[in-house]
Amino acid sequence: MNSEKILEIRDLHTSFFTDKGVVRAVNGVDLEIGPGQIVGLVGESGCGKSMTARSVMGLVRFPGKIESGSIRLNGKELTGLTEKELRSLCGDEVSMIFQEPMTSLNPVLRVGRQVQEAVLVHNQSISRKDARKQVIDMFERVGIPEPEQRYNCYPHELSGGLRQRVMIAMAMICRPRLLIADEPTTALDVTIETQILNLMQQLCRETQMSVLIITHNLGIVAEICDYVYVMYAGRIVEHAPVFELFDHPAHPYTRGLMASIPQIGRNPEYLHTIPGVVPNLLHLGEGCAFAGRCDCAVDRCSRELPEMVHVREDHASRCFIISDAEFS
Amino acid sequence: MIKHANSGQETEPEVLLRAENITKEFPAGRKKSVHALSGVSLDLIKGETLALVGESGCGKSTLGRILLHLLPPTEGRVFYRGQDVTDLSAREFMPFRQHMQMVFQDPYASLDPRMTVEEIIAEPLTTHHVCAGKAETREKVLSLMEIAGIPGEFLLRYPHQFSGGQRQRIGIARAIALDPEILICDEPVSALDVSVQSQILNLLKHLKEEMKLTSMFIGHDLSVIDFIADRVAVMFLGRICEVAPKEEIYSNPLHPYTTFLLDAIPHADPHRRKDQRLILQGEVPSPVNPPKGCYFHTRCPYATDLCRQERPQMKEYGKGHQAACHKL
Ligand SMILES: Nc1ncnc2c1ncn2[C@@H]1O[C@H](COP(=O)(O)OP(=O)(O)OP(=O)(O)O)[C@@H](O)[C@H]1O
Ligand SMILES: Nc1ncnc2c1ncn2[C@@H]1O[C@H](COP(=O)(O)OP(=O)(O)OP(=O)(O)O)[C@@H](O)[C@H]1O
Ligand code: SF4
Ligand SMILES: [Mg+2]
Ligand SMILES: [Mg+2]
Repeated sequence: MNSEKILEIRDLHTSFFTDKGVVRAVNGVDLEIGPGQIVGLVGESGCGKSMTARSVMGLVRFPGKIESGSIRLNGKELTGLTEKELRSLCGDEVSMIFQEPMTSLNPVLRVGRQVQEAVLVHNQSISRKDARKQVIDMFERVGIPEPEQRYNCYPHELSGGLRQRVMIAMAMICRPRLLIADEPTTALDVTIETQILNLMQQLCRETQMSVLIITHNLGIVAEICDYVYVMYAGRIVEHAPVFELFDHPAHPYTRGLMASIPQIGRNPEYLHTIPGVVPNLLHLGEGCAFAGRCDCAVDRCSRELPEMVHVREDHASRCFIISDAEFS
Repeated sequence: MIKHANSGQETEPEVLLRAENITKEFPAGRKKSVHALSGVSLDLIKGETLALVGESGCGKSTLGRILLHLLPPTEGRVFYRGQDVTDLSAREFMPFRQHMQMVFQDPYASLDPRMTVEEIIAEPLTTHHVCAGKAETREKVLSLMEIAGIPGEFLLRYPHQFSGGQRQRIGIARAIALDPEILICDEPVSALDVSVQSQILNLLKHLKEEMKLTSMFIGHDLSVIDFIADRVAVMFLGRICEVAPKEEIYSNPLHPYTTFLLDAIPHADPHRRKDQRLILQGEVPSPVNPPKGCYFHTRCPYATDLCRQERPQMKEYGKGHQAACHKL
């Protein structure tokens, strides 16, 4: 990995202070992304993926709060910046595709205009006409049919899939150095998904854009990521280059997950299962959050929090039991 | 002729449910209508698990609901064991109802929040007067809970006290309460956590074998379908474009759309990564205003004038393998 980093998150803690107690949504996360890299952040619903991303974007809302840690974007510290200062970075330095596209478009503005505004704000020298052309180009690239007609539609006139593609176009049009994509294709059909993933990869190659892609779909991770972080209950439990992670998963959670997903042509009579359910972040114990479901767990696991341990160069796992045995 | 797993003998396939030339239109404002289904014919054969795949909005749920008499077709007939049940009133259909049940996609929305687990599972038992008295009903409910993997002590809890996977188990327990012959599962795992999906998939497969269920599995994830199905029907915009035994579909897809779907699957293995992905170009047609001829022609790379004019008919291309495409 290149030593120059686009994004560097260190020991990030983001919590929600609710009347039921403190929800430690992001509980000491370290994560870094190099230029042109596509990094995956995977984990189950509620494990803190979106909150990690929202912390970077300065979008953690009450009763949530970044408690401690450091977030550096192109070397610049983001924690402590005002919302206005953060907003000025959005667009060409970093931009985000949100999980819920409906809430992030202005309902009373034509979608083409909204994306055109984004272009105009970041490039004062461009004419409106050229900006419009760029928008239509980008609409076409993200697979919006009849882009010229769709330019004049209001958000409610578009299907969910099309709105999501408008959001994707808006996020990519300013060629940000870092694109954070939170479940960008979950609402889309596979044939459209392919197109979007292709486009992201292409932009990475062409413009050295880096991508943090948040997903629970290990297929997408295997398909386009260079490097992967696996998250469980607010913590990173494993990270590795993509081939290494799939060939030699080390953490029992990652291994269980990989064994339990169906795969075409390789499905057994019955799938492997991980017993139990994801723990409630309100009632996390002292030790490893996976201990209750883990078939490798020893006494120590539920009492003590394991450190991140390097299994190989560039591959670390948060588990007392170090094993790179392939799970079968 | 199909081979029965249990007897090992070749017998005449017994058709439990038959959809014949089903058309369904929903009103969509001023004199317009959504063509949700356009002339769909499909057999559900005793003992099989038939998967229905296709993009969002192609009519999968609508077909499932019409087969179960939950929705009347605009045109076409539905037969249960050869008997035309299309025009039966809800009351007349009652005796058939207990043979066929549905498991829904959203375990959050499909359970009544004001009912306890016991009430939810007991409801079909009481409606159909299956058990004599309260004690027998409770006993039956407890045994259903055990089959579905819900601890008996949760009898008096409410749905909101359960995780998604547990709610789906409750939905399944309710669906199998009347010992149905047919179970239609509408995306039963799409809303679940990855680590919980395999638990539910195993449960469904186990039930199918234990109870000798005939089932239809609606889904969009071809990896899941490879695990659960015996036969696959691929739909596009309200029409079936290909039907074949599972192995056939995966090894020898005939319809261009099926080929695209299979190519687009992101495999959870970076070694199966594609350098070059097939991309579908062209307009995504609208069910409000479907194109003439083959509905797929606007996106199909092989489309000719014939495709643009004439609807291709389903033809047989091998044992149980049918497709509707002019190119073949
Ligand atoms: N406003 C809030 N108040 C209390 N807790 C919250 C709030 N918003 C989020 N959380 C909690 O923070 C945790 C992390 O949420 P986050 O949205 O990051 O999950 P996620 O990994 O993105 O999940 P998903 O895959 O479902 O999108 C969750 O357990 C959630 O319950
Ligand atoms: N009650 C209704 N009124 C109007 N239109 C409807 C209704 N139900 C379904 N439709 C439309 O009919 C078409 C088929 O819908 P259906 O729900 O069967 O699709 P589906 O294949 O199950 O999609 P998904 O994968 O998103 O569940 C869609 O265009 C949908 O918008
Ligand atoms: S009928 Fe024509 S347009 Fe339709 S799938 Fe076949 S080749 Fe393509
Ligand atoms: Mg999220
Ligand atoms: Mg549906």
